Amino acid sequence: MTAMAEKIQHLTPELLLVVAAFVVMLLGLAREASLRRATFWISLLALIGAAVLSWGQAGVIDPMAHFMKMSIAAIGAILLMVVAEVPDEVGLEPGDDEKSFDPANTSRGEFYGFFLLSLVGAMLCAGADDLIWLFLALELTSLPTYIMVATSRQDIRASEAAVKYFFLGAFAAAVFLYGFALIYGATGTTMLPEIAKVFASGPLNNLAVAGVLITVVGICFKIAAVPMHFYAADVYQGAASPVTAFLAFVPKAAGMMALILVLGAVGWPLVNQSQALVALLCVIAVATMFVGNLLALVQNNIKRLLAYSSVAHSGYMLVGLIAGPGDASRSSWLTNGVAAVLFYVVAYGIMNVAAFAVVGLMKRGGEEVESIDDIRGLAYRRPGLAAVLAIAMLSLAGIPPLVGFWGKVYLFGSAISAGYILLAVLAVLNSAIGAYYYLRVVALSFLYEPVDAADQAEISRRPARTRGGLIAAVWVVLISVVAGPLVDSAKRAAGQFVDKPETPAAAVKPAETTPTTPPASLEADAPVTLDHRESVTEPHTPRS
Amino acid sequence: MGMTTYMLASSDGSSLLALMVLLPIIAGLAPVLAPMIVSALGLKVSVPRGGAVRSIAFWSSVATFVLSLLVMAGFNWDHPDQLFAVYSVPWIGALGIHFSLGIDSISLWLILLTTLLTPVTILGTWNDAKFRTVEFYLWLLVLEGALIGVFAARDLVLFYVFFELTLVPLFFLIGIFGSTRRRYAAVKFFLFTLVGSVFTFAGVLYAAWFAAQSTGVWSFDINHIVTEGAKMPAATQGWVLLAMMCGFAVKVPLFPVHTWLPLAHTEAPTAGSAILAGVLLKLGTYGLLRFVVPLVPTAAIDYAPVIGVLCVIGILYTALICWNQRDVKKLVAYSSVSHMGFCVLGMFALNAEGVGGSVMYMINHGLSTGALFLCIGMIYNRYHTRQMADIGGLGRRMPIWGFFMVFFCMASVGLPGLNGFVGEFLTLLGAFVGKGVYGTRYIALWAALGLILGAIYILYMVGKVVIGPLREPADAHDVSDLNWREITALTPLAVACLVLGLYPAPVLNSIEAPIDNTLAPTKLVLAERKHAKPHAPKVAMRDEAGAVAADDRIDSVTLTEVSQ
Repeated sequence: MTAMAEKIQHLTPELLLVVAAFVVMLLGLAREASLRRATFWISLLALIGAAVLSWGQAGVIDPMAHFMKMSIAAIGAILLMVVAEVPDEVGLEPGDDEKSFDPANTSRGEFYGFFLLSLVGAMLCAGADDLIWLFLALELTSLPTYIMVATSRQDIRASEAAVKYFFLGAFAAAVFLYGFALIYGATGTTMLPEIAKVFASGPLNNLAVAGVLITVVGICFKIAAVPMHFYAADVYQGAASPVTAFLAFVPKAAGMMALILVLGAVGWPLVNQSQALVALLCVIAVATMFVGNLLALVQNNIKRLLAYSSVAHSGYMLVGLIAGPGDASRSSWLTNGVAAVLFYVVAYGIMNVAAFAVVGLMKRGGEEVESIDDIRGLAYRRPGLAAVLAIAMLSLAGIPPLVGFWGKVYLFGSAISAGYILLAVLAVLNSAIGAYYYLRVVALSFLYEPVDAADQAEISRRPARTRGGLIAAVWVVLISVVAGPLVDSAKRAAGQFVDKPETPAAAVKPAETTPTTPPASLEADAPVTLDHRESVTEPHTPRS
Repeated sequence: MGMTTYMLASSDGSSLLALMVLLPIIAGLAPVLAPMIVSALGLKVSVPRGGAVRSIAFWSSVATFVLSLLVMAGFNWDHPDQLFAVYSVPWIGALGIHFSLGIDSISLWLILLTTLLTPVTILGTWNDAKFRTVEFYLWLLVLEGALIGVFAARDLVLFYVFFELTLVPLFFLIGIFGSTRRRYAAVKFFLFTLVGSVFTFAGVLYAAWFAAQSTGVWSFDINHIVTEGAKMPAATQGWVLLAMMCGFAVKVPLFPVHTWLPLAHTEAPTAGSAILAGVLLKLGTYGLLRFVVPLVPTAAIDYAPVIGVLCVIGILYTALICWNQRDVKKLVAYSSVSHMGFCVLGMFALNAEGVGGSVMYMINHGLSTGALFLCIGMIYNRYHTRQMADIGGLGRRMPIWGFFMVFFCMASVGLPGLNGFVGEFLTLLGAFVGKGVYGTRYIALWAALGLILGAIYILYMVGKVVIGPLREPADAHDVSDLNWREITALTPLAVACLVLGLYPAPVLNSIEAPIDNTLAPTKLVLAERKHAKPHAPKVAMRDEAGAVAADDRIDSVTLTEVSQ
């Protein structure tokens, strides 16, 4: 029972958000418009509260969980501002006139509720130390997003996107669940520290390799990496831009953390564990970078362009993941690939939000703009928005001294340190290719005069979204100029993977976690899971 | 002098350097950010007008120039190779990246070139920014800050940050304020140089990693990387050289990758062209000097003939193109490619004459070509054409302009007594005595042919545009000669050209020591090779011994003697 209490104490930020999600869902049905509108503020306060609570958990929970929970809640608050006006735009939300209120025909409450629940899923991923928990957290991240995509626009394409996303997502979930099952079969446990202990004894056996490979491929869906990237462009295009900003960050962050946790259990350097795994990861990383960048080059649709750019960025992050946390004995700088990935996830999230916020502000006949030409001459019309877009684009392109550059230096530098020179060179080549299409957007908005007023895309008045984009851009500049603290925290967050030997040993009492029930019996699955959920409290005790 | 100099150096020299980098950037950003901040606070504010912003820009760039003079006054001239005004604070501590500045005499001269050229350019193009004025001066000043930063950076990553940061302002300057094909030119310029330099960065990062491997000390300090990285095996050096050439050769630009430059120059506004030709191209040769020559000595010697041949092709090929140009600005743009070929040729001769000449060439080319672009801009403002077919004999209409134009043209072709001569002579001398590196004297001989071609096309242009019968576009009325503002802008450049031409000894003396340090690794490799020679066949040995003796003899001539 004390274990349970402790567990709950560790989950206070998530619990706060869950409570807020349900409150928001209920208030969304309130007859008073003011109450319905309060849902935004409740969500915002809950997110800020969750960020503060997570911040207060330093030293209590795993460093990575601490870092990512804080970051997800903080970026979530900016994302909330960007998506804030979506329910109004859909047309489902009645105006202030109370007579027209129809509970069956409103979406605000659900929208914010699902938004918060998805963030809870991503935050739970960060703290997962059990495969079942990880699976549930990943699904909790994804399930609400299917609904958010569907309800974000009253457009057939949004429904199409949601259906595609849902089926492919379910397929991917099945794939990585299968991988989890094989890992369980190979190790006899679902506890990640236990698995790490089994794996640490030497090179992986075939069953374990198969399990990890299938897991990696399945999680590739979440981060939109090859070969599971096909949905990205269609879904990103179909969903409303603010929701796309959400899709490009939250599932990706969750997927990246899942990969870090699974590969962390395998243990770096991965080459010592399995050649096949490294080969697969390298192929995925290189293919993801090239597919993303080359397809983005030929896009004329701004949302598809950003979708493929998102694919490419997953490729960059995979490079850091392959490099691993490096050698703890050598105290050097550009070696910790995992810290680089964590840094990049946060940096990518912020710059991406800024980019999508601007795109989400531009409308054509009430519908979202699609063509890249609609950005033409934005600097003449709204210099501030153009500047936000330019900062985001140049940062995504990795132009120094913006944060995207620091992220790439960290990622590729750690690849070089780990000896993956060719991989680093290919990554550099890709970021050079990528510069073209990002620059194209900047050039269109700054170097071209706007088209005739009659033919212009209108820039809609969305105060929250404008502010969200502006805040994101300011953050990009801030963490570009003062990148030190973020790098420090990312490095601390990845610290749990550097000191490999002591992690499993200090973590779990073997007696508690050895599975007593045979894995084959289906009806026994649920209790086993619960047992694990309780026993996973142990690893959360401070380790050092 | 000595004591006060030392006081200056130790007390406030360091913060001066940081101030010089930040002042232009802050002065550029202030007119954009201040109204935003004030209005965010809820106060009413009138957006500063173009004229006020221009004054802020001009005076802040003058202030930067004064700061650079102060640094020069405090500089430790007795030990010009020692880093002066070192300023170092951790930037991203966890990654070992420092905001670390410090200059030797080479950096100092190039910084002075930058800080002189910027106010002069603003003054010379006073009325050019007719729209989006705030942005124009923002980008111009950010460019200045970034350029000073490149020359002052002592941290590898900081160097690269400034190196790349120069692209952004120039991209906007060309793309917004240029002529008809400006957008294409801006994008091509940006992508060409960016794609090249990301590989440069990867190469240098590898060298940093190598240095860390071998010493166990991670550091981005350029000195550390260069001294330790130079121990890379020859094959690795070849790859690192290739990676670094990707970026630096594009920036210079060397022959096969020069195509962005004529376009960028022709489309850029006058201010952009002047800074681009005057300072930005030097980033490439500066990079070669700081990284390629000392960091990969073996590869630099091995591949010098290839680079030398590329230089010669570039020199001759673009000189012939110049001869055929009908657009004055394009002609000067192509002539930059030809001239920078000499610069690289001298650099890869890897001897004191060649590298010293190359550094002189960087300074001189910056002064004279920057001034030429200003002169052409003044003509374009008056006639709205740059075609030789439309304008001619303008010396009759505008004698003062004619004087400056001829003066800078002569400086550019290397008339003895003007600055261009010193650099040109030394680079060719270096290439000629650098037989041990280039393997043949024909490279120098063919390059010398480029001098003659250079004189031909420049004189041809002068003959058409300045001298001869007056020819003006039909719609040109009341064209007046240069006004006081324009004369004030051009005069400092002309004086600098004359002084450096008549008395280059102080500059040459001051750059000798740092160049010796830079060349130390290559000298070591060459000396090792010389000792390894007894295995060579007998006849060849006598031959080579003769050549070596000749080389040694010329080597003993110091730079100062040559210049006098």
